[in-house]
Order: sequence, then C-alpha cells, then structure tokens
Amino acid sequence: MGKLVKFFSRRRSWSLPYVLFLAVFVVAPLLLIMLYAFQGEDGGFTFENFDKFVHQREAINTFIYSIGIALITTLICILLGYPAAYFLSKMKASTARVIVMLFILPMWINVLVRTLATVALFDFLMLPLGEGALIFGMVYNFLPFMIYPIYNVLQKMDRSLIEAAEDLGATPRQVFSKVIFPLSMPGIVSGVMMVFMPTISTFAIAELLTMNNIKLFGTTIQENINNGMWHYGAALSFIMLIIIGLTTLFSGSSEEDGTNEGLL
Amino acid sequence: MTKSNHIIEICNITKSFPDKVVLNDVSLTVKQGEFLTILGPSGCGKTTLLRLIAGFNSASSGKIILDGKDMTSIPPHERPVNTVFQRYALFPNYNVYDNIAFGLNLKKVDKKEIDQRVKRALKMVGMTDYEHRDVQSLSGGQQQRVAIARAIVNRPQVLLLDEPLAALDLKMRKDMQMELKEMHRTLGITFVYVTHDQEEALTLSDTIVVMNEGVIQQVGTPTDIYNEPCNAFVADFIGESNILNATMIRDGVVEFMGKEFECIDKGFGENTPVDVVVRPEDVYIIRNAEAAMFQGVVRSCIFKGVHYEMFVETPDGYEIQIQDYNCFEPGTEVGMMIKPNDIHVMRKERTENHVVGKLIDATHVEILGESFECEAVEGIESGSEVDVAFSFSDVELTDDPDDGTSWGTIRFILYKGDRYHITIRTEGDEVVYVDTRDVWEDLDEVGIKIRPQALKVTALNTNA
Repeated sequence: MGKLVKFFSRRRSWSLPYVLFLAVFVVAPLLLIMLYAFQGEDGGFTFENFDKFVHQREAINTFIYSIGIALITTLICILLGYPAAYFLSKMKASTARVIVMLFILPMWINVLVRTLATVALFDFLMLPLGEGALIFGMVYNFLPFMIYPIYNVLQKMDRSLIEAAEDLGATPRQVFSKVIFPLSMPGIVSGVMMVFMPTISTFAIAELLTMNNIKLFGTTIQENINNGMWHYGAALSFIMLIIIGLTTLFSGSSEEDGTNEGLL
Repeated sequence: MTKSNHIIEICNITKSFPDKVVLNDVSLTVKQGEFLTILGPSGCGKTTLLRLIAGFNSASSGKIILDGKDMTSIPPHERPVNTVFQRYALFPNYNVYDNIAFGLNLKKVDKKEIDQRVKRALKMVGMTDYEHRDVQSLSGGQQQRVAIARAIVNRPQVLLLDEPLAALDLKMRKDMQMELKEMHRTLGITFVYVTHDQEEALTLSDTIVVMNEGVIQQVGTPTDIYNEPCNAFVADFIGESNILNATMIRDGVVEFMGKEFECIDKGFGENTPVDVVVRPEDVYIIRNAEAAMFQGVVRSCIFKGVHYEMFVETPDGYEIQIQDYNCFEPGTEVGMMIKPNDIHVMRKERTENHVVGKLIDATHVEILGESFECEAVEGIESGSEVDVAFSFSDVELTDDPDDGTSWGTIRFILYKGDRYHITIRTEGDEVVYVDTRDVWEDLDEVGIKIRPQALKVTALNTNA
C-alpha cells in the first residue's frame, strides 16, 4: 500500500495516463503500419506492396501530383503569409494582437465546415471547382499556420540589429535581405513544417473542392483502406511517413542554431 | 555660416513623445576630433540625443548638422557616423569576419581591401584569430570589441557609443576604457560617448556634457565640471560633494553653517542666497582645535582604500562629508578648516516654488491639477489665471499619495548637510521642490500638502 502511495505521489507518475494513451493510440498504430506494410496477403515478410506501388503508374502519378500541390500551397502560403506577418510585426503590439486573432479565428471552425463553405462560395460566384479551387482551399486552410510562426520570430527580433544594419549603410531593402529575412528563417521553417506536412496527406479538402475529380495521395490511401487493401494502404502510408520524416529532419538541421522560437 | 571645425552642430533640438518631452531645446557643438561624453542619470535624454545624431529617431523640431551638411531628414544609412550599441547588436547570422565586413560589403569595396581593413580592425581591438568564430560563442567583452571593430572599419567621421561598457564587469570596463582612449588617439576621429557613469566620463573625455531632465546642465572639460559645477545637480552628480545653502555676504565672503568663510568668488551681489560646494577631500581636519574654523564630532569613519571617509556633525546639526588619510574614531571632537579657493559658490536656480494655477473662488486655487485651500484672495476675479508661490519648507509630504491634496513622484534628492532638497514631478508634469529633514527615496510616490497660509497668490498679467 505504502509503495502505491509513493508511486502516485511522484510527479513522474502523473504522466503515466498520457504515456499509455500515446503507446496505445500512436506508437502501436505506427508499428502496425510498418508491420502491415511489409506483410503479404499470406502474412509473410515481403516487399511486394512497395513493388506494386512502384509499378502502378496511377499511384505514382497521384503521389507526385500530391507533392506538387503541397509545394505550390506552401509556396503561396509563404508569399502571402510573409508580407502579412511582416506588416503585423511592424504594427503596435495591441493592434497586431487583434489582427492575429482575426487570422486565427476561422481555425476554430471545423475544417469540413469551412471547406463546405468554400464550395458554396465557389458555387455562388459561379467559379468551377477543380485544381484552382483545391489550391485556394488549401491555402485558405493553412495560411494562418504560416503567418503565426513568422510573425512570432519577426516580432521578437532585436530592433537594434535593424538599426545596426542601417547604421552600417544598408538601405531599407538591404536591411531586409541581409538581416531581417535571414533571421526570420526559423519562422519560415516552422511555417513550412506546419503547412507542407498536413497538405500532403489531406483528402477531405480535395474530395469536396474537386467533386472527387482530382485524387491526392491521401485519397488513394483512404480508398485502398476502405476497400480492404490493408497491406497496400499501409505501405502507401509508410511511404508518406518517410516523406514527412525527411521534411522534419531537414528543418531540424536548419534550426540547429538554437532558435526554435518560431514554433507555435 | 563659416565652415568651422565643428563636426556636429545640434541646433535647438526638441524631442517629445506623446506623453513626455525628452529633449527640451538642446543646442550643442562638437569639435572635430574630440572625445565628447554625454553624461546624465537614466531617463535624462542622453541616449535619445545620440539616436538623433545617428538618425534612428527624428527630432520634433530643431536641426542637426554633420560636417557642415544638414542631416535632419537624412536616413541613418546615409550619415557619416557609425554606432556602437549597448547590447552589441552583432548579427547572429554572420561570423566575426562577416559582421565586421558588413558595412564594407554594402559599399562594394574591393574584396582585397575589405580583407586588409577587417584584419587591421581586428588587430586594433585585439581580436586577431577570431575571424571565423560564431559571434554568439564570444564573451560580452569580446562581442563589444567586435562591435567596435565593425563600426571603425568603415572609417566614420564620428563614432557614436551608447553606453558600450555598461554590460561589462568592472575589471573589463576599466581595461576597455583605456583601450577606447588609445583608439581615439590613434584614429583621430570624433567620439561621442553616452554614459551614466561619472567616473568613466571623467576618465575618458575631452569634453563632458551633463544632462538632466532633457536639458543640458553644463558643458566643460572634466576639471571644469568637477571644480566649477554650475549648479547643485552637476555638483551632486559628479563626484562626492557637500552642498549647502549659503548667503553671499559680499564679494569674497560667504556665510554657511552659521559662520562666515573667506572665498574667492565675486559678483553675486550682497546678501544673496547661494549654494556652496565643498568637495570632501577639501575639508581638512586639524588637531589643534584652536586654529580650526569650526568644530564637530565624528559620527562615522569608513576605510575606502586610499582614504577614510568620515561624516562629521557640527553643533548646529550640519553633516559634513570628509575624506582624509588619517582615521578619526567616531565620537572624536575635531576641528576643521576649508581653504578659500576650495569653496565653490553657485547661483541658486530658485529660491521658492512658482506654479501657474487658476483661482476657483476666494479661498481656493487650482494648482498641480487639484484644488488647494488658500487664504482669502482679494481683487482677483475667480476663474482667472494666477501665479502661486510657496516656499520649499512649507510643503508637507505624506507616505500615502492619496493622503495629499495632490501627488507626485520623487525625481531627485539633494542632500544639503542639514536637510534634503527634493524634486517632485506631478502627474501633470509640473515640478515642486521641497525642503525636508525626513528621509525619502528616489521614485517614491508621495502626497503633497501645503498649508493655506503658505500660498501666495498673485494675478498673472496675461493680457499685459
């Protein structure tokens, strides 16, 4: 009994429920994905699922197309989000806080509801659904995740660095390109992580905004699993996980300077 | 205007922020090649003045001329000055070499020349071999050296230094002071240095500018400022001093602590109230009490390394600070002497409080943002503007700001031997001076009470 009391009074033990949750609902499924991915229909170890993927033109095309869409979305998010974050960081802190709030506000509404609203909007404006609508929807959904980390980094930047650059003869444009932009890289990197990775695996937005005409990789996985192709679906998921893993690795190394302040 | 040897001319600069006037009509000229220090307590406007010269802020009114050219509306990157910042402000994304080469790269200087100049600058600040180090791996002192190198490598006409040594420890600060002075000699360019450390200012400068509350108090060489302070603020801020209320009896004779002293100051008129300054090292303790000018009892004696610092109380209740090589135990009766040329007489800046107010009715006047009771006023119409005068000692301070009729914050405390002369700034940015024997602390918020009988109300001739 005494041992039990001691066990529960240790602060470390309080994390136990979450560790259990993590183990059952995150780690175990990941291991299962790996297990399924390397398992044939007969249950033996095999590479045939990956082999099937490599030889299936359609799947490969979808895969490449998804990455392309994700890249475009991320790029547009940077192009739109960076200036927004930059001007926000120049505003009075109280005003900026309100506007950042307004940017984040739509995030409190469910993704599906927002996307259905986007569909309705396109209908109302008589714009065709399809690739354009898809990219619009993705950007609309993920833009705040780009703005916020960049804004965070810019807003915390030491003003005297900017003054030092001006003092040494830098024009406003040079101040930006030589000091502000390089120093805001950590923010951009976290922004990319928060936009690129989820966009690779979306399928609901794609389904709704293209009337099921354009398939993304997420859709392919979902279809296979819905159709009982567990092993092949797992293999596809595994490939996607590797891509996501690589992105994290890449952004991790560029953040080694110890500035992870850009993270949410 | 003739082309003078003035590298910087600051003409009637005023800088106000929405809630505060930081610089009030400041004018100053800096000679080519001099080491000028702007000295003052925090919040006196010294950093703002430097930032105006650098171009980071723009003045509300007035002109800044650098090397004969009007720079008032020129952006910082086009000014022939470079700045060393208090917190170094090195670019963390570049190494030491690239930080120093930053300005030269922007000017598209030839790579070979950049290399030479960067290496020379590094040598000058004693940081050779640090070229490829990451700036964040350097210590504070090393970072400041790099920051200095980054500024001087551009060969500016003026080097601006904003409390560059404030973040360093004492030993490092002393070393860097000597190096800066040496650097100034070698480079031959103008240094404008901002600090709140009076010792640093005295050590380094050719000229010191003492500032307080956005106004220049005195400009002079370190010896001038130390020996001939122009007012009580400067005397108190620079070095240790005994500042006392006194009366100039006639030329060459001044009375303080109830005694007449011979002095060398002239031209103050007869029986004029003045302040006198006597430095602690200029009060001599003599064993033969007969020959002494005045007597007192030692209250405390502390060893300070070179000398002993003593506080001696006179029979009239004045406390005098004395520095002497000999130690006199507390309780000892001693005689003291002051030489005529060690007494420095200063004109009093004020002898009583004057504020502008509005008469509410015959027995109430609105001053300092509140209604004060006063003695019945005759012959002035209610609602008209009035001048209200009251003496320093008629103001009563209360611990709780709400207990007073009005309230304010203590901005400056001057010890005058037997009393404190306190400067209080009210919420409406008006200033009240108080003489008191109670001990208060800087930045205390206090209530202000004034006896009705103390207020002297006179009509303000606005349409005269």
